[in-house]
Amino acid sequence: MADPMKIRASAKEGITEVKVLMSHEMETGQRKDSSGNLVPAHFITEVSAEHNGKQVLAAQFGTAISKNPYLAFKFKGGAKGDKLAVSWVDSKGDKRTDEVLIG
Amino acid sequence: MKKPLFAASLALASFGAHAAGNDISAQAEEIFRSSFRSDNPKYWMTRLDQDDAMRLCSQYKDNPPPKVRVQIEKAQRATIRYPVDGKLIGDWKEGEKLAAVGTGGHIGFIQPDPPGRLRGGNCYACHQLAAKEVAYGTIGPSLQHFGKLRGNSDEIIKYAYDKIYNSNTFNACTNMPRFGLHNWLTPEQITHIVAFLVDPESPVNKD
Amino acid sequence: MRTGLHAVLAAVVLGIGGSALAQGSTMDEITKYREMLADGNPAELLEMKGEELWKKPRGPKNVSLEQCDMGLGPGKLDGAYAQLPRYFADTKKVMDAESRLVHCMVTQQGFSEAEATRNWFSKPGRNSDIESLITYIGGKSNGAKIDVPARHPEEARMAKVGEYIFYRRSGPQDFSCAICHGQEGKRIRLQDLGNLTTRAGAGTAMGNWPSYRVSQGTVWTMQRRLIDCMRQARWPEPNYLADSIIALEVFLQKTASGTVMQTPGIKR
Repeated sequence: MADPMKIRASAKEGITEVKVLMSHEMETGQRKDSSGNLVPAHFITEVSAEHNGKQVLAAQFGTAISKNPYLAFKFKGGAKGDKLAVSWVDSKGDKRTDEVLIG
Repeated sequence: MKKPLFAASLALASFGAHAAGNDISAQAEEIFRSSFRSDNPKYWMTRLDQDDAMRLCSQYKDNPPPKVRVQIEKAQRATIRYPVDGKLIGDWKEGEKLAAVGTGGHIGFIQPDPPGRLRGGNCYACHQLAAKEVAYGTIGPSLQHFGKLRGNSDEIIKYAYDKIYNSNTFNACTNMPRFGLHNWLTPEQITHIVAFLVDPESPVNKD
Repeated sequence: MRTGLHAVLAAVVLGIGGSALAQGSTMDEITKYREMLADGNPAELLEMKGEELWKKPRGPKNVSLEQCDMGLGPGKLDGAYAQLPRYFADTKKVMDAESRLVHCMVTQQGFSEAEATRNWFSKPGRNSDIESLITYIGGKSNGAKIDVPARHPEEARMAKVGEYIFYRRSGPQDFSCAICHGQEGKRIRLQDLGNLTTRAGAGTAMGNWPSYRVSQGTVWTMQRRLIDCMRQARWPEPNYLADSIIALEVFLQKTASGTVMQTPGIKR
C-alpha cells in the first residue's frame, strides 16, 4: 500500500480544521527522465474526507497539484475524539486511507 | 595559464606571511584535493589549479594588505586580451541575452551541463541592470543607468571591457569572476555586454 | 510538478507595476509564499519514513539501528544531530551525521558501504533511505542548541581545514564559499544569502538543515547541500562523506553553536 498520510485535525467553537500531507509523486506525464523518455503520469485523482463516517469533503485532484500535496480545509461540526478519515485514489488505481481522532 | 615573470617575485614576497599558517594550509589543501572523486577526469581537476591571485586572495581571506593588493592588480591588468579588430563595443541586444544566461560550466556526475550548453555573464545574479528585470541580485552594485551616468566615451568603454575581462585589475580579490581570463566569455561576447551597459539605446539606460 | 505554485508566483510577480515598488512587493510575496509552505512541511513524511527505517531490522545481520551510537550513546537520538560532527573514539575519526549513520548501517546491519550509500540522495522515482533516516535523526534535535565546540584536537584541526576550504578560490569563476556567504545582507537573484561567518548567519543556515526543498520535491541533507554548492561553483565533484565536506560542516557548526535548531526546515 502507498505511504501513510500525516493528518492533523482540531476542533474549536464548532469548526474543525484539518491539515493533510499526502505522500505522492504526482507525476504529470509531461516530465522527461535523464534519458529523454516521458515519465508516465501517476497522480492522485480523488480525495475525500469523512467525519464519523459522513463525507465532509470531496475533491478532484489533477496534474496541477505538486508532489507531496498539502491540503487544509475546515468544516462545520466535529468535536474532540471524533473520527476523521481521509482517502485518496490515484490514476493507477492505487489508494490510501488514514484516520485520526480530532484533537 | 601563462604566468608572467614577476609572479615569481610576488610568490616570494608573500612567503613570509604564508609560512605562519603554512602547517594547516598544506594539510587542508591535501584534504581538499583528495576529497574529490577519483573518476573526475583530469581536465576537470585542473579547475582546482590556482593562479597567484586566487592563492593570495584565499590566503588573505579576500582582504590583502595594500602592497599585495597593488601587485595583484598590476599582474591582472597584464592578462587582458582585446578583440582582433580593436572594437570594444558590440551589440547591446546580444549583450542583453548574455547578461541573463546563468547556465553552463557545471561538471560532476549529479547534474552536469550537456556539452555546448550556453554560457553567459549571469550578470543578474549579482547586479541590477535593466529596470524591467526585477529578479536581480545585490552581491555587486547596481549597474542601472550605467551609460547614462558615465557617458559612452572610449575611456568608459575600455573600463567596462577591462572590468569584465579581468575584474581584479581594479579591485584585487573582488567577488566578481574574471570572465575573459578564464575564457568564460570571448572578447567578442564581452563587447556585447559592454554595449548593454553603455549604449544609450540599451534598456540598462532607459527607465 | 511545481506548476501549481510556480504559476501563482509568476502571476504575483507579473501583477506588480513599477520597478522600485516591485522590489519590495516581490520579496514580500515570496515571504508570504514561504510562510504558506511552512504550514505543511512534506519533510514530516520523510521523518515518518525515517523512524520506520530506524526501528526496522534490516540488512544481512537483520538488526535495527536502535543501538546506533550517534555520539550520545547507543540509540540516544535526542539532541545528537546538534552535536555533530564530533570525534568518535571507536573510529578515531571526526564524523558527521551521515558518515556515522553509514558506519552503523555497515558495522551493525552488515550492509557494504557501497550498498548503504548507493542512493544517498533521492531522485524522482528513486527514494533514499539515508535521506529519510537523516530527516528523522535531524528532527530529534529540533529545539536543541547546536553545540560543536570542536575542542578535541582532531575536531579543532578539521575546523581549521573547513575554514581554509571556505576561503579557497577555485574554478573558472574564481568562486569560494566566502564570495556568496562571506558578507551581510546580500542576495543572488532573489535568493537571500546567509553570512556563514557569523553566529547569526551560520546559525540560521545550519539550524534549518535537513530541509525540504520544494524545487527538488524532497529533503536535502547537509552533504547534499554542500556537494551541490560545489557543483554550482563549477568545481569537480567530491566523494559523498568526504573529509572536505565534514571539515566544512565542523567549521560551520562551530560558528553556529548556540543557535537553537528548527528542523526539518523548508526552502525553495
